[in-house]
Amino acid sequence: MKNFLPFEKPLSELEEKIEELEQESISRQIDLSSSLEVLRQEFAEETKLIYSHLTPWEIVLIARHPERPKLIDYIRYLIPDYVYFCGDRHYTDDLAIFGAMGMFQSKPIMMIGHNKGKNTKENILNNFGMANPEGYRKAIRLMRLAEKFNCPIVLMVDTQGAYPGIAAEEHGQSEAIAYNLREIFQIQVPILVIVTGEGGSGGALGIGIGDKVLMLEYSIYSVISPEGCASILYRDSSKASLAAEKLKLTSHDLMQFGLIDDILPEPLGGAHRDHKTMLETVKKEIQYFLDEQTPLNKKTRLDRRMEKFLKMASYETSLNLYQSSS
Amino acid sequence: MISFSKGNTPKIVKPQEKNIENPDWIKCPSCRSIQYAKQLEENLSVCPKCNFYFKLSATKRIETLLDENTFEETDADLSSFDILKFSDTKPYTQRLEEGIQKTNHLEAIITGLGSIENTRVAIGVMDFDFVGGSMGIVVGEKIVRLTDKARLNHTPLILVSSSGGARMQEGIFSLMQMARTSAAIGKFQEQGGLYLSILTNPTTGGVSASFAFLGDIIMAEPASLIGFAGTRVIEQTTKQKLPAGFQTAEFLLEHGQIDKIVERKNMRKLLTRLLQFYSKGKMES
Repeated sequence: MKNFLPFEKPLSELEEKIEELEQESISRQIDLSSSLEVLRQEFAEETKLIYSHLTPWEIVLIARHPERPKLIDYIRYLIPDYVYFCGDRHYTDDLAIFGAMGMFQSKPIMMIGHNKGKNTKENILNNFGMANPEGYRKAIRLMRLAEKFNCPIVLMVDTQGAYPGIAAEEHGQSEAIAYNLREIFQIQVPILVIVTGEGGSGGALGIGIGDKVLMLEYSIYSVISPEGCASILYRDSSKASLAAEKLKLTSHDLMQFGLIDDILPEPLGGAHRDHKTMLETVKKEIQYFLDEQTPLNKKTRLDRRMEKFLKMASYETSLNLYQSSS
Repeated sequence: MISFSKGNTPKIVKPQEKNIENPDWIKCPSCRSIQYAKQLEENLSVCPKCNFYFKLSATKRIETLLDENTFEETDADLSSFDILKFSDTKPYTQRLEEGIQKTNHLEAIITGLGSIENTRVAIGVMDFDFVGGSMGIVVGEKIVRLTDKARLNHTPLILVSSSGGARMQEGIFSLMQMARTSAAIGKFQEQGGLYLSILTNPTTGGVSASFAFLGDIIMAEPASLIGFAGTRVIEQTTKQKLPAGFQTAEFLLEHGQIDKIVERKNMRKLLTRLLQFYSKGKMES
């Protein structure tokens, strides 16, 4: 593990020691396994301790961790025989959004999500998963395609936000997102939304509507980035950690607000430390969702989806929440 | 077609409506001419000299659009609460209080039913002076309820936007209003409802990326700032110089994002015609 977050300093130190011992054991051909075992135990306990009281800002940093599983990791694991599709049929193919269909336990599913890269080169190509209008238009096109195949959709949300660019404005970023917000309610097949990393504002919501909305434990979902909020409200972007606290953007906050259906627990020390366990958790959850949705007819599903979103964050629901908390 | 070659760039200026020392006279922030307040008001708060658009309060806007004394306000009593116990440089509750003082309304949108040349409409008008016209739970709720009324009464829906976007102080609850308003409007349009969206200065962020851009017909006042992202953010992200007239109504028209730019004094007339087309067309079917 190369990438330690600032608050993980004790872990990076332990890891260094472990690596040193491992090297030593190899170069001097001696058995240091018992000392290594002690250190590894210590590492696990330290991780547990650190991750048991994370601040909202620390969670933001985990949500953005470069080694967190990305959309393509989920797609390769869950639908290895996938076929991907390109283009919005109007202007271009926005690589910030990726969509593919494949067999998931003998039935096809469509997976669409923000395509954050695994390294700088990929990120430049994919614009760091920040979509232009063409990305949102591709996404809704693929949802309609999924409808034709009668195949359920999994939307994976992981973006700082929709791209704030000149061409994005010229091509109607507002319209593209607004259009999706309206049209996803009409898509007849089951839709599962999973926020895997950053749920950044309208850019997240543009592919964030479905029958069920889940968040990974250390993902975030917010109306604005903590930095953006800090620079507007405090006129000081270095107050981002304070803004992260105020904004209430963690999975536990959203669960408490009734805005998501469930939290998917992450492996010890975050999804980036153990991809396999995370991918397995997501796989089980998709299976569970598909079983849950099968008996519903289309009309019931669409009515429930609409009802769910109209009710959440409504005046009454929110007022009750407010009154019970104060 | 408006071109953005030199000398024809629409100005975005922060208007100061009142001259504190002498409220009878108002200085136009664009051409700096001194205007008699009453005359300016008679000209629908458009500078007679340079055509600069002053902000219009929601109440005044309703007066300019609807038949006299036909407006019945709905949900006027819905008021916001500080769900996140939010405070930045000021507590959110204080911002709400200031909004109420400034506008004499409890929230950033007024909704209700009224008539335009005897055609019944459901109308919602935003007021920028209330916490920057931002959309929180109550604004979202009032739009959802108004849209439902329009659907159940089979009347056209008109929304006049003037907003900086989603209200940060209500966090994720504000973001979800984008989904709620879009859902309600989708349901209304699916059943054949006509929604006319009017964009005024400014219409940005979470409001432009939800109900404001879902209009069957989208109109804007001249020179209004309209867009998704803030200009500062775009400049910082792209490190590019923004083109002249970027994110103005004229720019959006040129790029096919809106149907029309309509002068304030002509808006009611245009709405009347559109409503006529709609009701006559419906009668034939």
